[in-house]
Amino acid sequence: MKNENSPLVHKKHLLVRLWQYIKPYKGIVFASCVLTLASNVLALLGPLLSGRAIDAIEPGPGQVDFTLVLKYVLMMIAFFAVSSLLNYILSILMIRIGRNIMYSMRNDVFDKLSRMPVGFFDRCQAGEVISIISYDIDTINSSISTDIIQIATSFVTVLGALIMMLTIRAELVLIFAVTVPIFAYYTRKRIKRVRPLYKARSEKLGKLNGFAEEAVTGQKTVKAYNREDYMLSGFDSRNIEAVETAYNAEYYGSINGPIANLFNNSSVALVCIFGSLLYLSGAITLGSVSSFVLFSRKFAGPINEFANIISDLQSAFAAANRVFWLIDETPEKPDALTALPLEHTDGNISFKDVSFYYESSMEILNHVSFEAPTGSLTAIVGPTGAGKTTIINLLMRFYDAQSGEIQLDGTNICDIKRTSYRSRYSMVLQDTWLFHGTIFQNIAYGAESATREDVEKAAKTAEIHDFILSLPDGYATLISDNGANISKGQKQLLTIARAMLSGAKMLILDEATSNVDTDTERKILKAMKKLTKGKTCFVIAHRLSTVENADNILVVDGGKIIEEGTHENLLKKEGLYYKIYRSQFEI
Amino acid sequence: MKKLLPYIFPFRFKITLQMIVKFAGTIFDLFIPWILSYIIDDVVPEKNKAGIYLWGFVMILCAVGAVILNISANRMAARISGDITKEIRHDLFSRTMRLSCLKIDEITEPSLISRLTSDTYYFYQMILRIQRLGIRAPILLVGGCIVTLMLEVKLAAVLIALLPILFLIVFYISKKGIPLYSKVQRAADKLVRRVREFMSGIRVILALSKRDYEKMRFSKANKRVVEAEQKAGYVMSATKPIMSFALNLGLALVILVGAFLVNKGETQPGKIIAFMTYFTIILNATLSITKIFVMVSKGTASADRIAKVLEIEDEHEYINEQEEEAEREEGEGEGEAEASNAHIEFRNVSFSYLGVSDNIRNISFKLAKGQSLGLIGATGSGKSTILLLLLRFYDSDKGEIFVDGRNIKSIPREELYKKFGTVFQNDILFKGSIGESIDFGRGVQLEEMNCAAKTARADFIYEKEGQFDYQLEIRGGNLSGGQKQRLLIARAMAKKPEILLLDDVSSALDYRTDAALRKSIEKDLVATTKIIVSQRASSVMKSDLILVLDKGTVIGKGSHDELLKNCPEYREIYDVQMGGAAV
Repeated sequence: MKNENSPLVHKKHLLVRLWQYIKPYKGIVFASCVLTLASNVLALLGPLLSGRAIDAIEPGPGQVDFTLVLKYVLMMIAFFAVSSLLNYILSILMIRIGRNIMYSMRNDVFDKLSRMPVGFFDRCQAGEVISIISYDIDTINSSISTDIIQIATSFVTVLGALIMMLTIRAELVLIFAVTVPIFAYYTRKRIKRVRPLYKARSEKLGKLNGFAEEAVTGQKTVKAYNREDYMLSGFDSRNIEAVETAYNAEYYGSINGPIANLFNNSSVALVCIFGSLLYLSGAITLGSVSSFVLFSRKFAGPINEFANIISDLQSAFAAANRVFWLIDETPEKPDALTALPLEHTDGNISFKDVSFYYESSMEILNHVSFEAPTGSLTAIVGPTGAGKTTIINLLMRFYDAQSGEIQLDGTNICDIKRTSYRSRYSMVLQDTWLFHGTIFQNIAYGAESATREDVEKAAKTAEIHDFILSLPDGYATLISDNGANISKGQKQLLTIARAMLSGAKMLILDEATSNVDTDTERKILKAMKKLTKGKTCFVIAHRLSTVENADNILVVDGGKIIEEGTHENLLKKEGLYYKIYRSQFEI
Repeated sequence: MKKLLPYIFPFRFKITLQMIVKFAGTIFDLFIPWILSYIIDDVVPEKNKAGIYLWGFVMILCAVGAVILNISANRMAARISGDITKEIRHDLFSRTMRLSCLKIDEITEPSLISRLTSDTYYFYQMILRIQRLGIRAPILLVGGCIVTLMLEVKLAAVLIALLPILFLIVFYISKKGIPLYSKVQRAADKLVRRVREFMSGIRVILALSKRDYEKMRFSKANKRVVEAEQKAGYVMSATKPIMSFALNLGLALVILVGAFLVNKGETQPGKIIAFMTYFTIILNATLSITKIFVMVSKGTASADRIAKVLEIEDEHEYINEQEEEAEREEGEGEGEAEASNAHIEFRNVSFSYLGVSDNIRNISFKLAKGQSLGLIGATGSGKSTILLLLLRFYDSDKGEIFVDGRNIKSIPREELYKKFGTVFQNDILFKGSIGESIDFGRGVQLEEMNCAAKTARADFIYEKEGQFDYQLEIRGGNLSGGQKQRLLIARAMAKKPEILLLDDVSSALDYRTDAALRKSIEKDLVATTKIIVSQRASSVMKSDLILVLDKGTVIGKGSHDELLKNCPEYREIYDVQMGGAAV
């Protein structure tokens, strides 16, 4: 990922965006704040009641008014019970809000991910996205669900205490007029210092995640090369970075609490000294000093709490920054406004003078033109790196050509809605993609309404039915991560069965049978020939036996189509195709 | 949790020191309100100005002391937790890299990934929070109890009677909470799986128009996570109100008992008031403990998941070589079990992945040093399995495998794997430059790299910008299929391995490149024993020995010419692939 230069989203902007997630629950947030207040007031009533109870005890031995004591004690219990209940309801509300926010944030990230251009997935490690979806969103959630209430209560307490202090002795409040701004200034500076540290922490954790994911994926290779220690040293260096950046963030972040404490304590000490001096000069009663000090402590407490929240919030902001960074990544270019969904498809494909280059590499497709009419089988052959897969990438609109156009039934495919366009295709790649699920689910993946018979029929066509039946669980066999009991070739057969079932009008096979033995392949091709009647097929293969029967063979080299024709015609030409063909039999 | 204690143990002195510092800081902190009340209650009424200045100054001193000590304690806590986590992650990763395929399937890859990352993170959070917040509360709790005991034993008894109940509540809730958080983590594993599968299958998903379906699947997994989290949250957040209610109930009881005692003349109302002050302190201390409670339950659940992986012992069982030798000598008389003098030998090897039916049956062959073996046969006939057994990814059910005359079960892993250069089907290139990919951390010299690139026919490297420094995208996304394949082959050959295993590597290569590659391997790797799995007859026909496999058994064994004569299946493959043109 290119997050080295992911900019810090401005904090105000960040807050606005976070608010978008909280907004739907603003009613609940408000209710929670009211509940907090109510529960705090009830908790404060406790001491009042206990005071009354003690008043009833006050008369001394033999004179205690037990009915009164009991009355107040019972009231106390009732009040505390209600207060605790409110407290619990409050927690539940906050958990629910947190849950909803987390849920929609994750969905948004995934939704964004699903709209990224294919090239993004060659640059972005799965582990990093996982880190954003788990760690970063988690951090935001835990901050939102605790800090909002904290801030609300702190605010109320601070305000109340300030009013009380002002009524007692306004002059003494001046002490806070000095210390609070200093503290505020200090906190601001700290935030500036600390934010990039939390950002670095999030990023390094993402990197660690990315590496771990890759290593687990390639574990077999690592083992075969006995490179465990090498991978470990790669992991360690990222681990150390992650731990050190976390330490750095903690190192500076954890100062806030104690420093706030220092400010508060010194403020209270100053209040105490000046208050006492005022008392000595006769300007104030001792009782006033005592209660002023009491309120000043109440005033300072939330400020202290606030400082802790601030470092919490910083890590949440850093996390939000990463989440929004992903959400803000440029998605696949949206469909043109005039783009229409497809209604009826015949399946005539034509490339008209198409040129293309990848941003990141030199590979170029150079003025490619060809026609693939409905029901035809077009084969693309050529040496490795010639641009065969690029043609498919353009055909599927994974990338858009820089010049020229590709037409489906005479319409420029850029004028068709992508989802609608792609839904006409089915594709099998050399890199088989199966997911964790049963064989049945994997085959039926492209055709939701497929019945058991449909799936079996497809499996039979793909010559994999017998194998599936030989497994102890048959079609219910779970495809595991390693898929040890299923060979690569069998996996290819499963994906072929999947593609056959999908019923798409156009079929792309990119080295789809490369790991399948020739005999099986021949049988599949034969069966497919029947199945693909009326479908437009594209086949990339090195094995020329796969392409011999193609209606049209495109011979690609250096990004250009240098020959085109049927097997026989091309052989007669004695050009590159002929050479490739001959090379099969070179020993 | 217990299993991770050995990681904490080496830090016991540092943790003790941190606790002492935190303790001292807390004491300074606690001095301040005490001085405050001392000034107002004792110093001020005496009109002692100097005393006010003095104690005011002491108070600020305490504040400064507290801030210094608390900051150092916090930093020490961060250091210690970081270092412990670092160690645990290190060991966990190391263990993960050495897990067998079976174990990985059992734990699943997504779960391993989240154990390595989020579980270690939660564990870190837990030990950090405990060190930072876990000192003050117990001090206040214990201190408060002692003071109340000194104040009035009978009233304190009410309070102390309450404590076991509180601990029981804590114990009960945490017992419920930990498995709930394990569940959250398990649900999170599924989420990880969704993301990984989506990212690796993006092209197929788009082609099959399953984007919305995948979104729905993700959303479902997402829902499971947040619901599990919510459930755990509901349980955990009951702690605070229950504790606070229980304590306040105790307070009410204290007043009631106090009333009786006062009535009997055994105590004074003033004592009850003082008692209540301390009671509030105890209450607040207990409540602040509940704050780290969630973190601890979550951390413990994660610790258990981490420990589960760390616990797994080295699954490679080694047989003692001497014993084996003795056995061999014993068996020598029988003539059959003689020491293998071949470089690689399979002796009647059978193996089954699932234990149901044999995936390969009774495989035997011998290869001398520098010889080559070709494996050919239908899809799923067991070709790759033979390689996996040779690499000890699985152990054979029956029969023995020898390398250099030694049973591979007696060869230490490092020694065994050093002999191999392997390219799997669908093999992976790790993130980095081309040079780093070939090197793979083995200290391959530039000259060796050039040599390997040449043998592997990977001349495309020299056309790339920066050549060996050319940065690869994830899984080599910016290379064509054939380029990736040749890079993988170069990686396998860079260290001139004793044994080269190539599993269907020609599938992504055009025939010309393939033929050229075969020739250069033959020429450059004379001393290397080669095992080549292929679908192409042309890839294996030059091998010294060819095994034709079908459903796990050998149906043809010999050289190309022999097989053409004796093995109809082989002849058929050959005829189909070579067509009339071979004649």
